[in-house]
Amino acid sequence: MCTSFLGELLSATHNFSSANPAHTANTADTFKAALYVTTATINAATTAYSATNEVSGTGYTAGGIAVTNATNPTSTNSSSTAGVGYWTPSGNLVYTTVTLTTAFDTVLIYNSTQSNKAVSVHTFGSQTITAGTFTLTMPSNTTTTALLRLSTT
Amino acid sequence: MIITTTKGDMDDSLLEKKEGSIDNDNEYTTWVEYWLDRELVHRSAHVTLKKSPFLDLFAASLG
Repeated sequence: MCTSFLGELLSATHNFSSANPAHTANTADTFKAALYVTTATINAATTAYSATNEVSGTGYTAGGIAVTNATNPTSTNSSSTAGVGYWTPSGNLVYTTVTLTTAFDTVLIYNSTQSNKAVSVHTFGSQTITAGTFTLTMPSNTTTTALLRLSTT
Repeated sequence: MIITTTKGDMDDSLLEKKEGSIDNDNEYTTWVEYWLDRELVHRSAHVTLKKSPFLDLFAASLG
Protein backbone atom coordinates (compact mmCIF):
# COMPACT_ATOMS: atom_id res chain seq x y z
CA MET A 1 0.00 0.00 0.00
CA CYS A 2 1.28 3.48 -0.76
CA THR A 3 2.38 5.34 2.34
CA SER A 4 1.07 8.66 1.03
CA PHE A 5 -2.37 7.03 1.01
CA LEU A 6 -2.20 6.60 4.78
CA GLY A 7 -1.74 10.29 5.43
CA GLU A 8 -4.36 11.05 2.82
CA LEU A 9 -6.86 8.81 4.61
CA LEU A 10 -6.44 10.99 7.67
CA SER A 11 -6.99 14.02 5.46
CA ALA A 12 -10.14 12.55 3.88
CA THR A 13 -8.55 12.89 0.46
CA HIS A 14 -9.97 9.55 -0.62
CA ASN A 15 -13.57 8.52 -0.33
CA PHE A 16 -14.64 5.00 -1.32
CA SER A 17 -18.24 5.47 -0.27
CA SER A 18 -21.17 6.82 -2.20
CA ALA A 19 -22.59 7.96 1.11
CA ASN A 20 -19.81 10.30 2.05
CA PRO A 21 -20.36 13.26 4.36
CA ALA A 22 -19.88 16.69 2.89
CA HIS A 23 -16.41 18.19 3.21
CA THR A 24 -15.31 21.74 2.70
CA ALA A 25 -12.16 22.09 0.65
CA ASN A 26 -9.08 23.12 2.63
CA THR A 27 -10.99 23.23 5.89
CA ALA A 28 -10.34 20.61 8.56
CA ASP A 29 -13.23 19.22 10.50
CA THR A 30 -13.57 20.18 14.16
CA PHE A 31 -12.55 17.50 16.61
CA LYS A 32 -13.47 17.49 20.27
CA ALA A 33 -12.40 15.58 23.37
CA ALA A 34 -14.94 14.41 25.96
CA LEU A 35 -14.20 12.79 29.32
CA TYR A 36 -16.09 9.79 30.70
CA VAL A 37 -16.55 8.39 34.17
CA THR A 38 -15.07 5.05 35.11
CA THR A 39 -18.39 3.23 34.78
CA ALA A 40 -18.86 4.28 31.16
CA THR A 41 -18.50 1.79 28.35
CA ILE A 42 -16.46 3.75 25.87
CA ASN A 43 -14.17 1.61 23.76
CA ALA A 44 -13.27 0.57 20.24
CA ALA A 45 -16.92 -0.30 19.62
CA THR A 46 -17.99 3.30 20.27
CA THR A 47 -19.23 4.87 17.06
CA ALA A 48 -20.12 8.40 18.15
CA TYR A 49 -20.04 10.84 21.04
CA SER A 50 -22.71 10.32 23.67
CA ALA A 51 -23.47 12.33 26.77
CA THR A 52 -24.27 9.13 28.67
CA ASN A 53 -21.78 8.74 31.50
CA GLU A 54 -19.85 11.79 30.38
CA VAL A 55 -18.33 13.67 33.29
CA SER A 56 -20.17 16.66 34.64
CA GLY A 57 -19.22 19.37 37.02
CA THR A 58 -18.29 22.98 37.48
CA GLY A 59 -16.37 24.38 34.52
CA TYR A 60 -16.99 21.40 32.24
CA THR A 61 -19.25 21.76 29.23
CA ALA A 62 -20.99 18.68 27.85
CA GLY A 63 -19.19 17.57 24.72
CA GLY A 64 -15.80 18.47 26.11
CA ILE A 65 -13.25 20.78 24.57
CA ALA A 66 -12.10 21.47 21.04
CA VAL A 67 -8.96 19.70 19.94
CA THR A 68 -6.29 22.03 18.62
CA ASN A 69 -5.47 20.91 15.11
CA ALA A 70 -2.89 23.08 13.41
CA THR A 71 -0.79 20.28 11.95
CA ASN A 72 -2.09 18.27 9.03
CA PRO A 73 -1.69 14.48 8.92
CA THR A 74 1.42 13.30 7.17
CA SER A 75 3.13 10.08 6.15
CA THR A 76 6.64 8.69 6.01
CA ASN A 77 8.07 5.64 4.31
CA SER A 78 10.06 3.27 6.47
CA SER A 79 11.00 1.13 3.45
CA SER A 80 9.98 0.66 -0.15
CA THR A 81 7.04 -1.47 0.99
CA ALA A 82 6.06 0.00 4.35
CA GLY A 83 5.31 3.29 6.01
CA VAL A 84 3.20 5.18 8.50
CA GLY A 85 0.52 7.84 8.22
CA TYR A 86 0.09 9.77 11.44
CA TRP A 87 -1.54 12.70 13.18
CA THR A 88 -1.44 14.30 16.60
CA PRO A 89 -3.35 17.29 17.96
CA SER A 90 -1.07 20.30 17.95
CA GLY A 91 -1.91 21.21 21.52
CA ASN A 92 -2.49 19.41 24.79
CA LEU A 93 -6.04 18.73 25.96
CA VAL A 94 -6.51 21.09 28.89
CA TYR A 95 -9.66 21.30 31.02
CA THR A 96 -9.06 24.45 33.01
CA THR A 97 -10.53 25.21 36.43
CA VAL A 98 -12.98 22.35 36.62
CA THR A 99 -14.43 20.33 39.47
CA LEU A 100 -15.09 16.73 38.47
CA THR A 101 -15.84 14.77 41.61
CA THR A 102 -16.90 11.51 39.96
CA ALA A 103 -13.83 9.51 38.97
CA PHE A 104 -13.12 9.43 35.25
CA ASP A 105 -10.61 7.47 33.21
CA THR A 106 -11.42 7.87 29.53
CA VAL A 107 -11.24 10.50 26.83
CA LEU A 108 -13.08 10.15 23.54
CA ILE A 109 -11.86 12.11 20.55
CA TYR A 110 -14.61 12.63 18.03
CA ASN A 111 -15.46 14.60 14.92
CA SER A 112 -18.04 17.20 15.85
CA THR A 113 -18.34 18.33 12.25
CA GLN A 114 -19.28 14.87 11.01
CA SER A 115 -22.21 13.94 13.25
CA ASN A 116 -19.94 13.49 16.28
CA LYS A 117 -18.45 10.31 14.87
CA ALA A 118 -15.91 8.64 17.12
CA VAL A 119 -12.22 8.74 16.25
CA SER A 120 -10.29 7.22 19.15
CA VAL A 121 -10.56 6.28 22.80
CA HIS A 122 -7.75 6.67 25.33
CA THR A 123 -7.79 5.43 28.90
CA PHE A 124 -5.73 6.28 31.96
CA GLY A 125 -5.79 5.77 35.70
CA SER A 126 -8.94 7.17 37.30
CA GLN A 127 -8.83 10.82 38.31
CA THR A 128 -10.90 13.44 40.06
CA ILE A 129 -10.33 17.17 39.84
CA THR A 130 -11.21 19.76 42.47
CA ALA A 131 -11.08 23.42 41.46
CA GLY A 132 -8.12 22.47 39.32
CA THR A 133 -6.89 21.68 35.86
CA PHE A 134 -6.82 18.36 34.06
CA THR A 135 -4.21 18.13 31.35
CA LEU A 136 -3.71 15.36 28.82
CA THR A 137 -0.33 15.86 27.23
CA MET A 138 -0.18 14.89 23.61
CA PRO A 139 2.67 12.69 22.42
CA SER A 140 5.25 13.88 19.92
CA ASN A 141 3.96 13.76 16.38
CA THR A 142 6.30 11.09 15.03
CA THR A 143 5.92 7.80 13.23
CA THR A 144 6.33 5.88 16.48
CA THR A 145 4.55 8.09 19.00
CA ALA A 146 1.80 10.04 17.24
CA LEU A 147 -1.68 9.87 18.71
CA LEU A 148 -3.10 8.21 15.59
CA ARG A 149 -0.94 5.99 13.41
CA LEU A 150 -1.86 3.95 10.35
CA SER A 151 0.88 1.60 9.28
CA THR A 152 1.73 -0.84 6.54
CA THR A 153 4.31 -3.47 7.27
CA MET B 1 1.81 31.37 45.02
CA ILE B 2 -1.93 31.81 44.67
CA ILE B 3 -3.95 28.60 44.34
CA THR B 4 -7.48 28.34 42.99
CA THR B 5 -9.52 26.44 45.56
CA THR B 6 -13.10 25.64 46.41
CA LYS B 7 -12.81 28.49 48.93
CA GLY B 8 -11.58 30.97 46.34
CA ASP B 9 -8.03 31.99 45.56
CA MET B 10 -5.71 31.28 48.49
CA ASP B 11 -2.02 31.65 49.19
CA ASP B 12 -0.35 28.25 49.22
CA SER B 13 1.32 29.05 52.53
CA LEU B 14 -2.08 28.53 54.16
CA LEU B 15 -2.54 25.08 52.64
CA GLU B 16 -1.10 21.62 53.04
CA LYS B 17 0.31 20.34 49.76
CA LYS B 18 0.35 16.70 48.66
CA GLU B 19 1.85 15.43 45.42
CA GLY B 20 2.07 12.08 43.71
CA SER B 21 2.75 10.33 40.45
CA ILE B 22 1.89 7.18 38.54
CA ASP B 23 4.35 5.71 36.07
CA ASN B 24 3.42 2.53 34.23
CA ASP B 25 3.36 1.14 30.71
CA ASN B 26 0.25 3.15 29.84
CA GLU B 27 0.83 6.57 31.34
CA TYR B 28 2.92 8.96 33.34
CA THR B 29 0.68 10.99 35.61
CA THR B 30 1.38 13.61 38.21
CA TRP B 31 -1.13 15.14 40.58
CA VAL B 32 -1.12 17.84 43.20
CA GLU B 33 -3.57 18.40 46.02
CA TYR B 34 -4.03 21.27 48.46
CA TRP B 35 -5.81 20.67 51.75
CA LEU B 36 -7.26 23.13 54.21
CA ASP B 37 -8.13 21.80 57.65
CA ARG B 38 -8.40 18.22 56.33
CA GLU B 39 -10.65 19.32 53.46
CA LEU B 40 -9.53 18.87 49.85
CA VAL B 41 -9.80 22.30 48.25
CA HIS B 42 -7.76 21.80 45.08
CA ARG B 43 -6.69 18.85 42.96
CA SER B 44 -5.09 18.97 39.54
CA ALA B 45 -3.73 16.13 37.43
CA HIS B 46 -1.48 15.92 34.40
CA VAL B 47 -1.60 12.74 32.30
CA THR B 48 0.88 11.81 29.58
CA LEU B 49 -0.22 8.76 27.66
CA LYS B 50 2.46 6.37 26.48
CA LYS B 51 0.31 4.21 24.24
CA SER B 52 -1.94 5.20 21.38
CA PRO B 53 -4.11 3.36 18.93
CA PHE B 54 -2.05 1.81 16.15
CA LEU B 55 -3.64 0.40 13.03
CA ASP B 56 -1.86 -1.98 10.70
CA LEU B 57 -3.08 -1.93 7.13
CA PHE B 58 -2.60 -4.65 4.55
CA ALA B 59 -3.08 -4.68 0.81
CA ALA B 60 -3.90 -8.03 -0.72
CA SER B 61 -1.52 -9.48 -3.26
CA LEU B 62 -3.03 -10.24 -6.64
CA GLY B 63 -2.25 -13.26 -8.77
